[in-house]
Amino acid sequence: MSIHPGTAAKRKAPGSNAPANPAKVRRRSPTRVNPALYLFPLPAVAVVAFFLVMPTLQAFQYAITDWNGFSAAFNYVGVDNFVRAFTKDSLFTNALTNNLKFVLLVVIAQTVFSLVLALLLTKNSRGSILLRALFFFPTILSSVSVAFIWKFIYDPNFGLANSVLRTVGVDGGAYLGNDAQALYWVAVTQVWFHSGQMMVVYIAGLQAIPRELYEAAEMDGANKWQQFKSITWPFVAPATSIVVAYTTVQSFKAFDLILGIAGNPPKAALDILSTRIYSTFANSEFGYAAAQSIIFMAMIALVTWLQRRLLRLTPKGD
Amino acid sequence: MLTSISRRAILAIYAVIIIVPLTVVAFGSFKSTQELFAGPFSLPQSLSPDNFAEVVGGQNLGSSFMNSAIVTGISVPLTLFLASLAGYGVSRLKGFMSWAIFGFLVLGMAIPAQANMVPLYVLFGRLGLLDNLTGLILANVVSTLPIAVFILGGFMRTLPKELYEASSIDGSGPWKTYSSIALPLSAPSIAAAAIFLFVIHWNELLYPLLFIQSPGNRTLPLALLSFQGEFQTNYPLLFAGVILASLPVVVAYVFLQRYFVAGITAGASKG
Repeated sequence: MSIHPGTAAKRKAPGSNAPANPAKVRRRSPTRVNPALYLFPLPAVAVVAFFLVMPTLQAFQYAITDWNGFSAAFNYVGVDNFVRAFTKDSLFTNALTNNLKFVLLVVIAQTVFSLVLALLLTKNSRGSILLRALFFFPTILSSVSVAFIWKFIYDPNFGLANSVLRTVGVDGGAYLGNDAQALYWVAVTQVWFHSGQMMVVYIAGLQAIPRELYEAAEMDGANKWQQFKSITWPFVAPATSIVVAYTTVQSFKAFDLILGIAGNPPKAALDILSTRIYSTFANSEFGYAAAQSIIFMAMIALVTWLQRRLLRLTPKGD
Repeated sequence: MLTSISRRAILAIYAVIIIVPLTVVAFGSFKSTQELFAGPFSLPQSLSPDNFAEVVGGQNLGSSFMNSAIVTGISVPLTLFLASLAGYGVSRLKGFMSWAIFGFLVLGMAIPAQANMVPLYVLFGRLGLLDNLTGLILANVVSTLPIAVFILGGFMRTLPKELYEASSIDGSGPWKTYSSIALPLSAPSIAAAAIFLFVIHWNELLYPLLFIQSPGNRTLPLALLSFQGEFQTNYPLLFAGVILASLPVVVAYVFLQRYFVAGITAGASKG
């Protein structure tokens, strides 16, 4: 840090009884910090440290053991749990693949769909305010409720989807019963569940765009697509990075929805990382479950980081 | 970009995709299984509350409802209280310490619940917090405190400093300034955070699943999940459960719709 001669001079300038140390000068100013203020964040800091940060650090310790959660004795096994997850445990690699596929599907579908909805409902007319409220509604339901609703829609015999298809003379599918498709149908449910929430984030972004830009563009003869490309998109890029990041974390954590729709434990076709960790934990493999949860956390961090890098390429991004 | 007709068509189709399942669930909760399968769209023959009576009485959903009400009723204000204290402290502290404390608290948002559930389960076991509502409350508070601090602290930082200074010149201590200046002025962000937390805590499933063993201590989402196993295709009963579990949030949504959007997007756009 280079010291600007002017500032240095000014700090030393005041009368003979002023202390030379600038820090002390600051503390004597009328806006000095009352030490009692440190007490305010203290309860929150203590709670977070003891029940959030400490257990997370402990997870790293458990992850290198073969502890079963009950016996006092356990061994440190180094990276064995991590090696096992990636090389010997097809249940885990299956859940990992499913999870990445699910996140990719949901992020793409939900981002595009919620942007389309937002674009269609930007105007503050009565109708669009009503529709916004309706589309947002599923977000407030519990995942288990949403799971039950969609379990009924997908029920091959009595379900809503096939009832509708039968009336037009089409044979419906098995949906969740079909292992090759099951994950896609849950992705549809997830998009139904949360698109309204992301739509609202986009609407906030869209409403910040000055109207004059469109008027000017129209006078210049720009068509709707050109207006979208050079005005709307640059402005919604920040909203997009929020939507993508939030949707990623949300779909990584689709735990509740999967358990509700597929039962506990879910079948292999619907097993994702969070449900796999829970099964491992329920199977009393505490050390191994901790290792899986660290991989889970690293996965989320990695995907989020990758997205931030990719999204930075878009104009006005980040 | 889109013609008016295709715009209307998309919106109408999606409205149908939202409304129809919800209507079928509402109607279905009054039907028998046979009646539901015969015609999912038809109006129920009678508005008999049999399904509701069965899920409330027979399936213990009544006591689960109470448990959820207790857990949510304590978790939300407690989280808000701790978060507003922290937010206030951070907004008045300066320099590195303010930044460090805020950063420490908010960093917790990056920790997914599954990442620390094993050690938390062990810790709760040692503290005697398994299979009781206190443990659930604590878990709820801890897991949402970071984002609540983020929302409230972020808001309190935007309050004009002069108000605090004026208050302390008037002789108020930090506690008085917190309770009579910072809290009332932060009402909009507290309301938004309250609704956001209400939805999360009311619908929370992982912690009850981890920590609760006895049926009498189940919260609603857990009770619902467990009778999915027992009543695989008794959809009318599941629907009655869904309606009962959703009722408080839906009623609140109908009246406070605007605030819900503000609350949940405050969470979304900053989460």
